[in-house]
Amino acid sequence: MRTSRPRSTLKHVGLIALSLLMIYPLLWLVVSSFKPNATIFTDLSIFTTDLTLDNYVHGWTSQQLPFSRFLANSAILSLGAIVGNLVSCSLAAYAFARLRFAGRNLYFAVMLGTIMLPFHVVLVPQFIIFRELGWLETFLPLVVPKFLALDSFFVFLMVQFIRGLPRELFEAARIDGAGHIRIYGGITLPLMVPALATTTIFTFIWTWGDFFGPLIYLRTRENFTVSVALKGFIDAQSTSNYGAMFAMSVVSLLPLFLAFLVGQRYLVKGIATTGIK
Amino acid sequence: MSSIGELRRLARRRERGGTPAAKVRHPDNLAGHLFLIPWFIGVLAFTIGPMIASLFLAFTDYNLLQPPTWAGLDNIVRMIEDERLWNSLRVTLVYVIVSVPLQLALALGVAMLLDKGMRGLAIYRSIFYLPSLLGGSVAIAILWRQVFGKEGIVNAFLALLGIEGPGWISHPDYALLTIIILHVWTFGSPMIIFLAGLRQIPEMYYEAAQVDGAGKLRRFVSITFPLLTPIIFFNLVLQIIFAFQSFTQAYIVSGGTGGPSDSTMFFTLYLYQQAFTELEMGYASAMAWFLLLIIAAFTAFNFWFSKFWVFYEEDSGVDRRRGRGSRRAA
Repeated sequence: MRTSRPRSTLKHVGLIALSLLMIYPLLWLVVSSFKPNATIFTDLSIFTTDLTLDNYVHGWTSQQLPFSRFLANSAILSLGAIVGNLVSCSLAAYAFARLRFAGRNLYFAVMLGTIMLPFHVVLVPQFIIFRELGWLETFLPLVVPKFLALDSFFVFLMVQFIRGLPRELFEAARIDGAGHIRIYGGITLPLMVPALATTTIFTFIWTWGDFFGPLIYLRTRENFTVSVALKGFIDAQSTSNYGAMFAMSVVSLLPLFLAFLVGQRYLVKGIATTGIK
Repeated sequence: MSSIGELRRLARRRERGGTPAAKVRHPDNLAGHLFLIPWFIGVLAFTIGPMIASLFLAFTDYNLLQPPTWAGLDNIVRMIEDERLWNSLRVTLVYVIVSVPLQLALALGVAMLLDKGMRGLAIYRSIFYLPSLLGGSVAIAILWRQVFGKEGIVNAFLALLGIEGPGWISHPDYALLTIIILHVWTFGSPMIIFLAGLRQIPEMYYEAAQVDGAGKLRRFVSITFPLLTPIIFFNLVLQIIFAFQSFTQAYIVSGGTGGPSDSTMFFTLYLYQQAFTELEMGYASAMAWFLLLIIAAFTAFNFWFSKFWVFYEEDSGVDRRRGRGSRRAA
């Protein structure tokens, strides 16, 4: 389908306008984080030369502990979640995609069904379990479930990927006498690196941005993640240091933005194949 | 294929009777179960077990400090009489019913503008997608409070047009609207899904339609839309399910209160307050099951209604991969 020139120009004008509209709040956030506190709301333009790093300096220590502490907590949590998802989801996916065993279709349907289950129906008992285990104020309630293949999206993503690999490879390996552990570790995992990359990036973005989990399990300041620490800025409205709040918001978004830049290809692929939100 | 397509496939295989159980061989019985050990533990200990437990707790009075006491139907009666609960349900329904279709319509519209191989495609796609990656974060919700604040950039733009905007966040009539706009702002990820779907429609369908003299609208109504309906459908189902569970944006935008005057009190936010502020764990469990039933009802309706508008190519007797019509043996 060819479109005529003026029509195509019109379309680009529209798309560029929409792009600006979409991106403007983010640009405003970044520019405001470098503005002196007094001018953030008096001068709303994003074109200014009056820039300062003060907000970052003040913001860094404004939540009692240095922000590096919260960044480190979020990083540890994300790392644990990534390792957990990679190991547990790939094990489950290999079984669902390549092995024939009793009950497979039923288990697979249950696994897919949990995608649609609102987590609130398990929230209170889970909280009680973790409390009984003495895991409150630790990262365990947020990391251990990741080692149990409960993020069905990634299991499904990996199943789809493994199904797309050439069957002959697996049959040849079987004939050569390789066991399932060898085929899983030696053949499947190396071939499914793209699916593992997608899982890594999505797990990172979701864990880094998660608010509800840390909100209920991590209530003392030393354990705060970036999300919960940022909440401190809106709790203390009286001080309303907007510059510092914006600066630390930018700091918290920066890792997500970097993940976006590095992994865009995998993100797009992952969304397109599974329909992850 | 989507997760929902997969479930559909499993269900249909069952309907057709599948393979007789006696003939199915399970050569990997042991290995299959071993590889699934983590998942078995997870599903039993953290999904099915807790579901049963919360169903029990829904009929108890439990404050976490003393053991639960049986309360019969008290929690249900209390829910029926709890006006804040019904208000939170109303707020959530407005949010779901307005924001999900708006977001999907925008996603589809923009995806259709992004032609294959057009100039700047990659840049547009990145810019439109970025907000949906960041949109769920606390930082963006904090930003939204300022963007729609009395002195925020939205009102600054309105001032250029000579309109004096309200304090959107602090006005009960508009606070929910800002959260809806935030959701629509994240249209990028469904857009990517639609883009992938559009690319799968064979060019020859359009060529044939053009030969037959079909106009643009006609091509959309007769080709693009029908072939995309399975993708639109599963997006709709999943986005509705997820939207019912939205929490962070309402929490941050309202400063954890659900205000002003409960206008952003999402069902999940009220549930959180009951469970973790009031320590009404029994009542919160009852609310959670109520939420599950509402979501299940919406999903069931969606599946039922899909009969009237979702078009599955494999059911129509046309097998695209073979490039010719091939009726499936009944």
